[in-house]
Amino acid sequence: MAKAQVTFADIGETVTVSAGTRIIEVSEKVNAGLVYGCREGDCGTCIMQVLDGWENLSQPSVLEEKVLRDNNVGRHCRLACQAQILGGSVTVKPA
Amino acid sequence: MTAQAQRPINVAQTRDAVPISSRVHWIGALDPTLRTFDIILKTANGTTYNAYLVRGQDGVAVIDTVKEKFSDEFFQRLESVANYDDIRVIVLNHLEPDHTGALPELMRRAPHARLYISHKAQRMLKGLLKQESFDFTPVTTNDTVSLGDCTLRFLNTPYLHWPDTQCTYLEEEAILFSGDAFGCHFCDPRLFNDLVGDFRFSFEYYYAHIMRPFREHVLAALELIEPLHLKIIAPTHGPILRDQPARYVARFRELTEPRLKKESTDKTLLVFYLSSYGNTAKMAEAVYAGASEIEGVRVSLYDLEGGAVEPFVDLIEDAEGIALGTPTINGDATKAMWDLLSSLVVINLQGKVGAVFGSYGWSGEAVGMLEDRLRGLKVRVPVPGIRVKLIPTEEELEACRQFGRQLAEIMTDKQKPKVIDFEDL
Repeated sequence: MAKAQVTFADIGETVTVSAGTRIIEVSEKVNAGLVYGCREGDCGTCIMQVLDGWENLSQPSVLEEKVLRDNNVGRHCRLACQAQILGGSVTVKPA
Repeated sequence: MTAQAQRPINVAQTRDAVPISSRVHWIGALDPTLRTFDIILKTANGTTYNAYLVRGQDGVAVIDTVKEKFSDEFFQRLESVANYDDIRVIVLNHLEPDHTGALPELMRRAPHARLYISHKAQRMLKGLLKQESFDFTPVTTNDTVSLGDCTLRFLNTPYLHWPDTQCTYLEEEAILFSGDAFGCHFCDPRLFNDLVGDFRFSFEYYYAHIMRPFREHVLAALELIEPLHLKIIAPTHGPILRDQPARYVARFRELTEPRLKKESTDKTLLVFYLSSYGNTAKMAEAVYAGASEIEGVRVSLYDLEGGAVEPFVDLIEDAEGIALGTPTINGDATKAMWDLLSSLVVINLQGKVGAVFGSYGWSGEAVGMLEDRLRGLKVRVPVPGIRVKLIPTEEELEACRQFGRQLAEIMTDKQKPKVIDFEDL
């Protein structure tokens, strides 16, 4: 299976994962600072800032776009519970 | 301040609106018999649900409403100074039910009104009104709405104390409608801070339980509020602050300062333990000794059996890390440890490092339970906890020392960047 790497800038850890993994699943395992609530793209608790590798994440769904818009977030923010890493590497931190 | 406004008014004897300035009336409700608010807050003499009406040349704005069961009082006061057809603007500074209980009925009665809420309030509004479509305008800092000769300016102040919270500033009157900020649960029918009884304890108690967990957000809000010229602060609970309002802003600034001044720039690791036969105590001493070897970390060791919880909460608020040691008794962690953890809800723990260790006799569930609780409190638990069956051996104590070193290194960013495989987690 294709591999990818996600780096959590706040704890300095990089995790090699299978392509298609949601960021929140990895964050939870390594105890990064990304916190979550509903995990269903509704509450906006897990908003993260993508520092690098934006293009390596899955496109936001209409629902995610709406939650991000409702929360008035800055550029390059995503929901960790929705964003999947598709390949390459990505660096994130809590927004 | 006008002579009329200075005259004591007993709101309990009337259902009329109360003028607080030339353009603004209080149209809230009193709840003097309430003794517990939201299950957790004691209210020695009740509370108030403050709502306000602003009259401009081009119409009327209603700012916040009241808890549903006090709707009649709210509508009577509103009707004493305005017609529903005049209402063009409804502002909700936040959507907790004690301020939005009368909203659905108000929207029904005021067909020309438009709703102004923060961006984060939109999804809450949907839950509140149980309608798929409704008209509203989401606003953020420096957005304005005009009533002709007066302007309402919005300040986005999230987490004071819900994510959707905002304040609204009436520029021409220098009145800040502050939502729950600068409020308190204190009911006095004389309404104004220069007339009511001594409410300092309520103000401080309210801050400690409602605002303290969101200290960083309070500081961000103060950056927006401190530059404002303020004649009156009109919060959603408790007295209207017309006498020296800036003092209350300054007090918020003081209350956001750390309770205990740090004595050095080192990172702080606090090791708490409880021990029935001295085994968890030995582990705690080893964790303490290991962490103390790392430069840049100041480590303290406390036997929870000998301490009151409150001072520890203050210490933890300003520490970067906590390590908790507990034996397992009847398949559970010790009560004093749970008491400490349950007391931490009044502070913000996000981003702190946590760790757990403990000796056990039979099953040893306590360590995992406390780790789960720490994660629930948004504490990072980067090092797996250590469990020792009964009396720790020298090797096990060395593992505890290493555990302490590792924690201290993480706190001082001395650990090397790690690359790990998800499969190994």
